[in-house]
Amino acid sequence: MAGALLEVQGIVKRFGGFTALNGVTLHVKAGERFGLIGPNGSGKTTLINCISGALAGYAGRIVFDGGDITTLPAHRRTRLGIVRSFQIPKPFTSMTLQENLDIPLEYAARERSQDAAADAAAILDSIGLGAKAHLKPAGLTQIEMRKLELARALAARPKLLISDEAMAGLSSAEVDDILAILFRLNEQGITIIMIEHIMRAVMRFCERIAVLDAGQLIAEGTPQEIVRNHAVEKAYLGE
Amino acid sequence: MARTVPALIVGLLVVAAGIGLVTLRVNPYLYFAGYVILQYVVIATAWNILGGYAGYVNFGTPAFFAMGAYTSVFLIQSTRAPLPVLILAGGLVSALLGLGIGYLTLRLRGVFFSIATLALSIVLQTMIMNWEYVGGSRGLSVIRPSGPPFGNYVMFLFTVMVTLAVVAVVTARFIERSWVGRGLAALRDNEEAAECMGVPTLRLKLFATTISGFLLGVAGAPFPYYVTFVEPNSAFNLDYAVNALAMPMIGGTTSWVGPVIGAVLLGSAQQLATVTISSEMNLFIVGIVLVAFVVLAPEGLLGLVRRLRGR
Amino acid sequence: MFSWDLLANAVVSGLLLGGFYAAVSLGISLIFGLLEIANIAQPAFVVLGAYAAYVLNNAYEVDPILTGLAFTPVFYVLGAVVYRVYYESFERRGDEALRGLVFFFGLLFILEVSLSLKFGVDYRLVQTAYTKTSIEFGGVGIAFRYLVPCVIGIAMTLALYLFLSRTFYGRAIRAVSQDQQALRLMGVNPIQIKTIAFGVGIAAASLAGALLICIAPVIPSTDRDYIGRMFAITVLGGMGSIGGTLVAGIILGVAESFMATFFGPSWSLAVSFGILLIALAVRPAGLFGR
Repeated sequence: MAGALLEVQGIVKRFGGFTALNGVTLHVKAGERFGLIGPNGSGKTTLINCISGALAGYAGRIVFDGGDITTLPAHRRTRLGIVRSFQIPKPFTSMTLQENLDIPLEYAARERSQDAAADAAAILDSIGLGAKAHLKPAGLTQIEMRKLELARALAARPKLLISDEAMAGLSSAEVDDILAILFRLNEQGITIIMIEHIMRAVMRFCERIAVLDAGQLIAEGTPQEIVRNHAVEKAYLGE
Repeated sequence: MARTVPALIVGLLVVAAGIGLVTLRVNPYLYFAGYVILQYVVIATAWNILGGYAGYVNFGTPAFFAMGAYTSVFLIQSTRAPLPVLILAGGLVSALLGLGIGYLTLRLRGVFFSIATLALSIVLQTMIMNWEYVGGSRGLSVIRPSGPPFGNYVMFLFTVMVTLAVVAVVTARFIERSWVGRGLAALRDNEEAAECMGVPTLRLKLFATTISGFLLGVAGAPFPYYVTFVEPNSAFNLDYAVNALAMPMIGGTTSWVGPVIGAVLLGSAQQLATVTISSEMNLFIVGIVLVAFVVLAPEGLLGLVRRLRGR
Repeated sequence: MFSWDLLANAVVSGLLLGGFYAAVSLGISLIFGLLEIANIAQPAFVVLGAYAAYVLNNAYEVDPILTGLAFTPVFYVLGAVVYRVYYESFERRGDEALRGLVFFFGLLFILEVSLSLKFGVDYRLVQTAYTKTSIEFGGVGIAFRYLVPCVIGIAMTLALYLFLSRTFYGRAIRAVSQDQQALRLMGVNPIQIKTIAFGVGIAAASLAGALLICIAPVIPSTDRDYIGRMFAITVLGGMGSIGGTLVAGIILGVAESFMATFFGPSWSLAVSFGILLIALAVRPAGLFGR
């Protein structure tokens, strides 16, 4: 499909006898703000894991930026520009915040970064963690940890950023904080896939939304279309 | 690169000091004991490259050490090769062993690698015991070459081991401070996150396993000439397994300094102790010390020092 | 030098040995297979159990199986204590990968050396009414000292299987490996469940040790022979599958028996190691794994 940065074609993923994804096909356009929602256990994180390369052994095809990445290991996909943040933050605990960002700057974005130290400091500043750059992650608050996840993802210079429930458990003000950061990133040209349960964030942020339920795509469209979609209502609220 | 040059100079000075110590001809026991302690510096440093830097625990240190020793024995028996060749060959064989085990198990969880290394020593020991050419279970006598530098072969081996210890430490330090070292630290802290941040975790793990194996083999290669009688029970001695763990744990696993401190302290203590207590008691105490450190002071002495200094 | 008699004997002793191997591996199947705790000290606990049986048999002529059974509460408590220390020191801090492993290795080491200090390196064995007798069955001799451990091993496997599938705590143990959150929501403390599971695993070692010393004499370093076997069986059988443990135990027993009969006994350890590596390389989930 022309203009699509990411194309996911017929992804099927099984865990033993359990089918987590049953033939999911979707595409994300370059520069788009894309939402992926669905009830718990619908397969969102599994899909993200397949796209980012954290999971292997799935059937189907994934095309990114014109190239087939289906069999590439995760670190190669990151270098190509697919970066994900983790639902439960996974910082490098023995390193300072700055050093945490040095890793992706060095490994994922080497060609795209001139001065790693300055870049790391700049990213931390832009996201509000500049003051803590030389501290270790142990003392961070919840929202600071989430910001660190995003900052680290940014340091990998993503073309496509997958934000996996970055706002879960945050206060309303904190949600707005993260949302502002994501809007800003999108303005800079980064395509964003947002996985969230916080509906007001999804409605405000996303241009297009895909809904998963029990491993299948049940609806796709603008926020207004999704809200009115009967199948979506059924998936979330039951009959 | 500029930071490595001073390190190399220090390394060369240490080697020179070792040679100087030999020419002084102090109490000969010093060279016997010193060889063992320096050997442990190599072993502990080698172990730590995989265990401390990458977080993958190798329980099969005796296997890698003994393969270095028995490669030497094989070459001595077949070709009478000179010591540098023995050292390189021993290192290469153990490096391949590390690569092989790594390739088979490092794609799985780290614990499977550790279990495989645990079983490895026992299996290799059985195989060596059945190989008559290198002495089998009875063992083999090895004759030291004549005309060694310094006139005394043990003193010569002492200087060789000083050199090998310097090589091992410089290598570890170089890795630690390089981008490879940072990648290893990232994968130690959180392997999944590291992989998603662009770190080629499998390749780095295999690298660490291979280097670690190489240095362990190098440590074992001069062993036949040191003991002159090589038999499987001493080459595959459990001492190596527990000391390779205890020394970095006691000293501190995050830096090259830790294994050196641990090797010198624990190695010296054991040398002093062998005359007063039985070797089993010695091992028992090392075991207790190891568990105590792991439970109470997991960051080792370096960590305690850092804590006292207030970060 | 092949003969059908030799083959039949090899198969039979392999089957019997397999039942025993399954018994020995039950503890690890529970602790490593279900709880995913790499307790590499397990073989040392088994040998400890063997020595307990030896001491009572030597001093008071107590049947080793009775000793094994009698000591299960003691070993249970020991296991519970070990797990608590492990949990407080490592699991809670998320440090189990490196330091937890080293902890268990240290434990393995301390146990083996302690036995060495106390009992020396002479082989110890037990004397019972049946250690020397055997029966004939279809031209094949079956020694009681193999038959009894095998039968008890199968009984243990069945008992553990029923415990895990029919009792509340057993099912909680199965659940804790899959979803700790759900357990908490049900008001069950996962830590308590894991303590029980670990305790049961070590208690199994008590009886397994008694069976071990029935089959063959032991020395402190016998534990090293079983590290490879236990993990090979658990991986091959499938992590968390008790039935799989029995099947894998029998496969290993027969394989080792063949190697020993036709190539010599010194290669038997290589068999378990080979099976472990092959299982890890080809199908890490094992034959019956989830």
